[in-house]
Amino acid sequence: MLTALDKKLLQEIADLHGEPPGAFNIRKDGQGIERRSLEGIEINPKQDQPGIDVQVASGKEGTVHIPVILTETDLSDLVYNTIDIGEGSDITLVAGCGIHNPGSGNAQHDGIHEIRVRRGARLVYTEKHFGEGDQGGKRVLNPKTVLFIEEGAYAELELVQIRGVDQTSRVTEAEVEAGGRLVMYERLLTDGEQTADSDILVKLMGEESAARIISRSVAQGSSSQKFYPRLLAYGPGRGHVECDSIIMDRATVRSVPEIWAENADAELVHEAAIGKIAGEQLIKLMALGLTEEEAEEAIISGFLK
Amino acid sequence: MLSLQNINLELEVEERRVPILNDVNLEFEAGKMYALTGPNGSGKSSVARVAMGIYRQTAGQVVYNGEDVSDLGISERARKGIGYAFQHPPRFKGMPVKDMLEMAFKYSDGYNCQVLRDIGLCPDDYLERTLDNSLSGGEIKRIEIATLLAQNPKVRIFDEPEAGIDLWSFEQLIDVIGSSHREDTTTVVISHQEKILNMVDEIILIRDGTVSMRGSREEIWPQIKESAECACRNSCRLEGEIYADCPR
Ligand SMILES: Nc1ncnc2c1ncn2[C@@H]1O[C@H](COP(=O)(O)OP(=O)(O)O)[C@@H](O)[C@H]1O
Ligand SMILES: [Mg+2]
Repeated sequence: MLTALDKKLLQEIADLHGEPPGAFNIRKDGQGIERRSLEGIEINPKQDQPGIDVQVASGKEGTVHIPVILTETDLSDLVYNTIDIGEGSDITLVAGCGIHNPGSGNAQHDGIHEIRVRRGARLVYTEKHFGEGDQGGKRVLNPKTVLFIEEGAYAELELVQIRGVDQTSRVTEAEVEAGGRLVMYERLLTDGEQTADSDILVKLMGEESAARIISRSVAQGSSSQKFYPRLLAYGPGRGHVECDSIIMDRATVRSVPEIWAENADAELVHEAAIGKIAGEQLIKLMALGLTEEEAEEAIISGFLK
Repeated sequence: MLSLQNINLELEVEERRVPILNDVNLEFEAGKMYALTGPNGSGKSSVARVAMGIYRQTAGQVVYNGEDVSDLGISERARKGIGYAFQHPPRFKGMPVKDMLEMAFKYSDGYNCQVLRDIGLCPDDYLERTLDNSLSGGEIKRIEIATLLAQNPKVRIFDEPEAGIDLWSFEQLIDVIGSSHREDTTTVVISHQEKILNMVDEIILIRDGTVSMRGSREEIWPQIKESAECACRNSCRLEGEIYADCPR
């Protein structure tokens, strides 16, 4: 029942060719259209509000796809998903949103995810954003992700948005308990008049909790970006924030990392850099025969890899 | 193959035009190997950069295979067959070594990832590494040389290839530069190393932005021995590598 356009969007955001493997839920234009639960990985629609509950039992391994696609204009889709990864499980969860806005009105998706990674579990979460449409309608995406990483659990987040989304305001919050680890990669490219804001607050709650936030962005055209990654250690945790932006044309980038410790054994580091592509980098690649445009493209795509 | 004719170069330094090269005339023939030597700051890298099109000369011509390429950009000269391994290769965040080599192969034929092994790096260990600060100065330098070997251009200019390279690799480096040199290629090595000066057909001494002497090793070496040794110590120290003395 998926149209060619649906399939294209799914491929863009989740590398899917047709029906996903494993458990999944596909939401299109504000409604769940296809869903599959597996033993130990239950996906059910919420009763009281739009969205789903994903319940993974203890000790499960598997993949869960929960992509969202929008193909209409003048549509605002708000969804609450609750995801519970059982103790000791090992799960790859692919979320993401693809928008094809066929008109001049807004197409907006606000996805609110609450994710609990229970003791000793491991979660790899990827969320890709994609937008297209040539009638001038805006594509807007405002994801909020709230994570609880329990003792000894591990979560890896990969948040990617490369072109096509006009406006995004992203909030990510995480609490990491003792022995828990969080690694978060953010990759962002904006151009034209696009705007992107990313607010991150990671709290290291217990002993030996650790977090790394690695944010790379490219701002082209007249686009603007703001980053507020905050890392707070209540206990003897270790954390590293790294924000690195390439700025081009008439773009603006603000990067305000904050580290905040309330324990003398905490170790927190932040690094932030904004700069244009170095002339020597372009020259080096041109000396291999690439044109200036090809060189720029290669540098950006490496940077956002 | 490649000739620089009456080259003058001025560069802008703090809004002042500073003369860098003054009436440089050089002729590089196919099948021959050359060393460019001379004190630090004498203009050796600038000569290479003018040949590559990175710096535009204020007067004079760059002629490649009979064609005046003075107005061609860097990319066009590269595609025609001029190649340059940088003295200070830039680093690239996120870019794997593999991608760099693939870009180098794009306009060439023949070579493969073997080039890494040729300069003493195991491809399995390095192809996926990124060209950022996680690589040491010596590693970046070797990858730069491998990239030029991969590109396999007709004119190959190596700019102080020995900097930051340990003794064992230095022997290997000389071997690979020598063995990859062909009848139809011109190899130019900017260097202070006696071993490199020993392997070439002709040594060119650059001083104060101009060619001060050309000739065989026997003719040139006595003239530059002292300053070359001194410069070599300097470059060893500057690279911060952990060998006690020059590879000489
Ligand atoms: N891009 C540049 N801007 C300003 N001055 C430069 C630049 N490149 C080289 N120079 C100057 O030109 C002179 C020659 O430099 P270079 O060609 O790098 O010498 P060498 O390679 O022989 O050490 C030096 O005085 C150097 O400071
Ligand atoms: Mg130099």
